[in-house]
Amino acid sequence: MQGERHLEPQECSVPLAVEVVSLLRQFGSVVALSGVSLEIRKGEFFSLLGPSGCGKTTLLRVIAGLDLPDGGLIKISGRDASEIPAHRRPVNTVFQSYALFPHLTVSDNIAFGLRMKKIAAAEIADRVQRVLALMQITELATRKPAQLSGGQKQRVALARALVNEPEVLLLDEPLGALDLQLRRQLQVELHQLQRKLGITFIMVTHDQEEALVMSDRIAVMNAGKIEQLGSAREIYERPRTRFVAQFIGQCNLFKADVRPTNNGDILARTELGEFSVSNVSKDPTRPGSFVAIRPEKIQLLGGATCGVKNSFTAHIEGFTYCGAETRYRLLAGQQTVNVVVMNREASAVFQPGETVQCLLPAEHLILLDA
Amino acid sequence: MYLGQPLTRAGRWTRAGITSGPAALWLGIFLVLPLAAILAISFLTRGEYGGVELRFTFDSYKRLAGFGELGFDSLYPVVLGRSLALGMATAVLCLAAALPLAFFIARLSERYKGAALTLVVIPFWTNLLIRTYAWQILFSPNSWLTIAAHSLGIGTAGEALYPGMLAVLTGMVCDFLPFMVLPLYASVEKMDWTLAEAAADLGADRWRVFRHALLPQIWPGLGAGFILVFLPATGQFVIPDLLGGAKTAMLGNVIQQQFASSRDWPFGSAIAAVALLLVLVGLAIFQRKGSKHEVLP
Amino acid sequence: MRRPGWFLSAIAAGFYIFLYAPIVVIIVFSFNAARFGTVWEGFTTKWYGALLHDSAALSATKNTLQLALVSTGIATLLGSLLAFGLTRIDFPGRKIFDRVLYVPVFVPDIILATSLLLFYSLVGSFIPALELGMTTMILGHVTFQISFVAIVVRARLAGLDPALEEAARDLGAGEWKTFLHVTLPLMLPGVLAGAMLAFTLSLDDFIVSFFTSGPGSTTLPILIYSSVKRGLTPDINALATLIILISVLATISLTWLQKNKQDPHPKK
Repeated sequence: MQGERHLEPQECSVPLAVEVVSLLRQFGSVVALSGVSLEIRKGEFFSLLGPSGCGKTTLLRVIAGLDLPDGGLIKISGRDASEIPAHRRPVNTVFQSYALFPHLTVSDNIAFGLRMKKIAAAEIADRVQRVLALMQITELATRKPAQLSGGQKQRVALARALVNEPEVLLLDEPLGALDLQLRRQLQVELHQLQRKLGITFIMVTHDQEEALVMSDRIAVMNAGKIEQLGSAREIYERPRTRFVAQFIGQCNLFKADVRPTNNGDILARTELGEFSVSNVSKDPTRPGSFVAIRPEKIQLLGGATCGVKNSFTAHIEGFTYCGAETRYRLLAGQQTVNVVVMNREASAVFQPGETVQCLLPAEHLILLDA
Repeated sequence: MYLGQPLTRAGRWTRAGITSGPAALWLGIFLVLPLAAILAISFLTRGEYGGVELRFTFDSYKRLAGFGELGFDSLYPVVLGRSLALGMATAVLCLAAALPLAFFIARLSERYKGAALTLVVIPFWTNLLIRTYAWQILFSPNSWLTIAAHSLGIGTAGEALYPGMLAVLTGMVCDFLPFMVLPLYASVEKMDWTLAEAAADLGADRWRVFRHALLPQIWPGLGAGFILVFLPATGQFVIPDLLGGAKTAMLGNVIQQQFASSRDWPFGSAIAAVALLLVLVGLAIFQRKGSKHEVLP
Repeated sequence: MRRPGWFLSAIAAGFYIFLYAPIVVIIVFSFNAARFGTVWEGFTTKWYGALLHDSAALSATKNTLQLALVSTGIATLLGSLLAFGLTRIDFPGRKIFDRVLYVPVFVPDIILATSLLLFYSLVGSFIPALELGMTTMILGHVTFQISFVAIVVRARLAGLDPALEEAARDLGAGEWKTFLHVTLPLMLPGVLAGAMLAFTLSLDDFIVSFFTSGPGSTTLPILIYSSVKRGLTPDINALATLIILISVLATISLTWLQKNKQDPHPKK
């Protein structure tokens, strides 16, 4: 079965860095990639996001040539790369464990790829110097990997890949081993680096915040398939499947009986009332059995009020103060609802036990499949 | 197992051929073939002037089991039993000695651990022949050791302590001790002492603490050490040869006799075949049980 | 873990003394002025001098070194290749081969020695090169050395991060170049350790040499054995002491060398 191709009209005119069609990869009885197709544009920062075992790393390795697919096609910069072995692809990888050669100095590590291509020594020295400066690690040139910190190894790994001026740079969970501060800093740096160099970056990560912050487009993967492909905003605001809605950020799910009305809107009948859903995307999903809304989109009004459209009454069960925001836990009938409110006032707005009216703006309700 | 780039069937065979091929060939010719020859010869008859005659017979094995031409002779079954017993005794004694040593080294501060271990290993690297010969000196009638032993009632005054079972055992334990200490230490080093503390906390006495909290953790190392001592010890030649006599003859000595003086190749081969079988069986058992624990590389 | 108590320390000390008693005795008695064995008759270094004139000892030393060097060279090459083949290439029969590899390690050398003797005797009549002598000894030594080298090198290879070789390929190195520039340099410490192990095993070997030697190919262990059996040649203790000294120095320097090489491989 072919996977869905997520094509948008203007794609055809944008040059593609990597194109993958119906990739199949199986390890014994485990299917790692089941008919994956996607197109990655030249110059974009693309992320493969998903939980462990979803196939994102396998996909990356197939693009790198470190793994051969059992079926399907792969094109790099428009050329069929299926028969091209890893060492001849115009692609370089930054490995999760950095994989720096322990017996070589930082300079020799970086120069490795250039030496393999038999480039002149003078040019090698020049390019190595430039990339050392670019990654701000000039002073580490003569050290050995064992003498470097995690962050420094990360930069050397990047330098080693970038010095070869690849058409595509692959990054396998590049920031996973670093502490929070360093990670945040490098997220921004990597993003800026990519912008500056204009090289296509494909990053694998399980950290959604990382993907959202750094990428132009994200492919959310699950169990060997792409669940949704789009920009950060699209994926967050308009998730197309339950998995995506729950994997990225938080989500309130209500079982619903969904019907279209005669004036074009959609009506969702739930336990808590009837809600109208507008702003259904141009790509109409099949009428599903769930309606969802992000916690920060729900508006809270003090006191129970009747007659307000798209709302229901609930009790505040408790809340967690998180500095910039407050997270409320509400109970409406049997259903727990999570609401996030920015703290514009210094003190809490609602107290546990209070009754509130929850407003669900029609444009923020999301329809999801079962 | 990392296999590098995907290979075709042919590619795999050429690479296997280049890398493993030469060694496989060598071992096939100089290890497997000779061992097969031993097996084959053990079923043939002894020739008139040494050598072999191509007549198939079980005689060698019958003699080994004690049923020689002149009725039941328990000589060889006894040798077999003695070898097994001595091997077992050596292993047990080594274990008794290695346990305190292993715990001692494990408890030393980091600075001294390496040195302590190296000290255990050094004798292992020195020539066995030399060390065994040294015991001859140590067991000679006039040495301090012998005199001290005499005063404790061991042995007869004026006579050396060798050849004899005591001397052989001492030589064996001295030689094989490092083999037991190293794997045992590897296990002890990784031990989680908090289990012992928890057991003591729950009211267990020292023996129970050892048996239930500590012993299970060092079991893999213990097993490895036991095999590393028991199997080779059973087939030892040099130590019983230098420190023992006819009364302490082991498999190794008997085999050597048949090939050197008696020139009874089929019989010597039969003994060797039986010893080989013992070792292979022991090895198979250990590899199956030990594959879970991976103490051997 | 708390420091060892005095009781444990005393017991351990006792066993250390037990382990070193033979070595100490040999060293001490190498200075014994007595012609025959075991009674102490005064200090002298004359036996060391006598060694230099002992032609049997000198030729045995030459044979021993020649044997060890040649066999170690062959075994290291074959064993290292084998280790690489067993860890990186999957072929049918690999698992069985793996088991067979451990046979020379556990089987008592007397069995290996007699099997070789038998083999040479049977085949030697057809192939003159296989008459008992240096060649047959070398062949025998290599046979058990291969296993030890392969096991040591294999342990080293198994600890290498596969990502290193993948990174090499990713950076443009084909199969051969990856091996040459990444795998081999990282394998080298293991190969060296294996070679040292093989060398020492050959130097110390008695039984296999004894059974497969011919006239003129006596090695030091064989010489010592016959001297001990015959009860002659008092300079044996001096010879033995020198051998012990070399072994001890080699072991200490090897251990020191290994400590100073950091193990740079992150195991996943």
